[in-house]
Amino acid sequence: MFKYVKQLTSFVAMVAVLFAFTTESMAAKKSKTLKNTQKKGFVRCGVSQGLPGFSNADAAGNWTGVDVDVCRAVAAAVLGDANKVKFTPLSAKERFTALTSGEIDILSRNTTWTLSRDADIGLTFVGVNFYDGQGFMVRKSSGITSTGQFKNGISACTNLGTTTELNMRDFFNSKGISYEPVTFEKADEVVAAYDAGRCDTYTTDKSGLAAQRIKLSNPDDHLVLPETISKEPLGPVVRQGDAVWEDIVRWSLNTMIEAEEYGITSANADMMKTSDNPAIKRLVGAEGEMGAAFGLDNEWNLRIIKQVGNYGESYKRNIADTGILPDRGPNELWTKGGILYVPPSR
Amino acid sequence: MNFKLKDIIPQLITVLAVVLVFGFFTYNAQVNMENRGIDFGYGFLSQESSFDVQFSLIEYDGSHSYFRAYLVGLLNTILVSVIGIIFATILGVIVGIARLSSNYLINKFAAFYVEFFRNIPLLLQLFFWYFAALRTLPLPQDAESIFGVFYLTIKGLYVPAFVWENLNIFFYTLIVALISIIIIRIYAKKIQESQGKQIPVLLISIGLILFLPFLSFLIGGVSLSFEIPKLKQLAATSFVYEGGLSLPPELIALTLALSLYTATFIAECVRAGVQGVGKGQKEAAASIGLTPNQVLKLVVMPQALRIIIPPTTNQYLNLTKNSSLAAAIAYPDIVLVFAGTALMQTGKAIEIVSITMFTYLSLSISISLLMNWYNKKIAIQEK
Repeated sequence: MFKYVKQLTSFVAMVAVLFAFTTESMAAKKSKTLKNTQKKGFVRCGVSQGLPGFSNADAAGNWTGVDVDVCRAVAAAVLGDANKVKFTPLSAKERFTALTSGEIDILSRNTTWTLSRDADIGLTFVGVNFYDGQGFMVRKSSGITSTGQFKNGISACTNLGTTTELNMRDFFNSKGISYEPVTFEKADEVVAAYDAGRCDTYTTDKSGLAAQRIKLSNPDDHLVLPETISKEPLGPVVRQGDAVWEDIVRWSLNTMIEAEEYGITSANADMMKTSDNPAIKRLVGAEGEMGAAFGLDNEWNLRIIKQVGNYGESYKRNIADTGILPDRGPNELWTKGGILYVPPSR
Repeated sequence: MNFKLKDIIPQLITVLAVVLVFGFFTYNAQVNMENRGIDFGYGFLSQESSFDVQFSLIEYDGSHSYFRAYLVGLLNTILVSVIGIIFATILGVIVGIARLSSNYLINKFAAFYVEFFRNIPLLLQLFFWYFAALRTLPLPQDAESIFGVFYLTIKGLYVPAFVWENLNIFFYTLIVALISIIIIRIYAKKIQESQGKQIPVLLISIGLILFLPFLSFLIGGVSLSFEIPKLKQLAATSFVYEGGLSLPPELIALTLALSLYTATFIAECVRAGVQGVGKGQKEAAASIGLTPNQVLKLVVMPQALRIIIPPTTNQYLNLTKNSSLAAAIAYPDIVLVFAGTALMQTGKAIEIVSITMFTYLSLSISISLLMNWYNKKIAIQEK
């Protein structure tokens, strides 16, 4: 018996060691994460295992996507080079542990901001880079065009460890429909099982459905239903306890969105330095001391815009031009009928 | 005195080192969790889980607690392990004996099976069986029935459900039958020892266990009817079976992969065991006039089992632990339900991982104890 206790002890110790490596003091005035990042020379960023438009690696191992661009923006701001990012693909199940244990410094992986995640598990959400909602995909041949046509006994494929599982239950319960949840660990298996006919519907965030639809053997045979059953504000997450790092990530994202609002693009950023509008000048580092509070130089935001582009450029490049979601919907600027609205950089 | 001290000091140092190392990591984990504002505690187990599970042996839905979800996962793990162990053992014994066959074809076929299945990673086999099954099985509306009552479809195997009346009387007759069998066995042994006569115990046992429950149908008021699965249309091209019992394809694929994989190792254990019995034993047994069946039953198997059981126990443990691969193909075992969904929803990584580890540990120890007890029972009893 003692033998087993010892084995177990060593296992628990190994779990504990993950935490031990990242001891950091709350009292440290300067951001320890920032210091470590500058020492290492790259930003450690957790992304998905492949979600076109958000974070997806091509054959050569180059990552693209709007989630990827958040990490690139931070790298441009703190290291001066948007390419100095080390991407770690994570499953939904691993993502928070990877962040809290210090394996990564930013989690930018289509993660829904919820109260319990923000408050309970040592994480801080810094903003929203995509407003999403959960939806359903069905085969067109089924003749279903609305969730109102769902009947008792329907089987729904989905991913493990996401808000999707909870929303799905709330939805089917409120409609009084009995259903069979088929939950996979990885998205690729969900797609394969749905494609084979294991499930009548596939449910996840609508952006995810749009992106995964491309992977199906015959995308045109499938339809994303119009109903949205939940709010899914997706955004980057950092570890709790490093306020400066948190601010850097938050304002890197805000800079991209505000740059679009003022019409600053990667192409015209340098020329904007001589703009008459002080708000624009602040965004390209030509006025005020906008980097000092983070321990950064004054052109950190200019580098983001020049190297990564503004939010609109990132969206167009990754999501619109790839045919995933050409219509920006709620992810349009507040000035153009969307709900993208960020505090001013001043 | 000196001798004793020399004995104790290394032990003390070992214990101290273990305690210190464990204490260091525990302390570190505590400090780090406090810094990040993570609470530690098992209180979440009584909270409402608010997620559903595809397949459960006990009544469960999202309004039950996380502890109930844990039980659901645990029972599903036990279910697939037990079914897997049964099939793996049957198949393993058959293949193991087939490898010793003098028939060239049977012998080579068994050898090919063993070499093929034990040399491919289990996860790959699991994906193969699951997606092969999904790709080849018909949609519910296209499924041909088997004997008019079974339907094997992409959404699972649908079998008729039993609808019992006076089930308890049926159980009583079963118990009576079992007790009479035990009595008859004891009696038969006595007769053999005192008079040398043999009574066909096996035939009588089979007769009893069939006849008594059958009587309960005739005069005990027990009745059994079947609820046959019926096709139901959900949408134009979307169908499902209602009524009856449904076994999800995930369970079928997992059982298939685990049994086929583990059976290869058990087959090797069986072959080693039978070959480990000396040739002289068989010849001696034959020379005193035992029939080939008796040689196998009375001389070879009792000795072979002693060689077979310990390594086979390992295989049972492996199968149980390997069942945790279930998460890859959506079978709701303890890893998927508890260390997966529940962990994600609560964020209680250390708590949930530790509970899951303890659970597997307990399962493994239980299997070990059971097999060790059996091993001891069949060991040579020196007089």
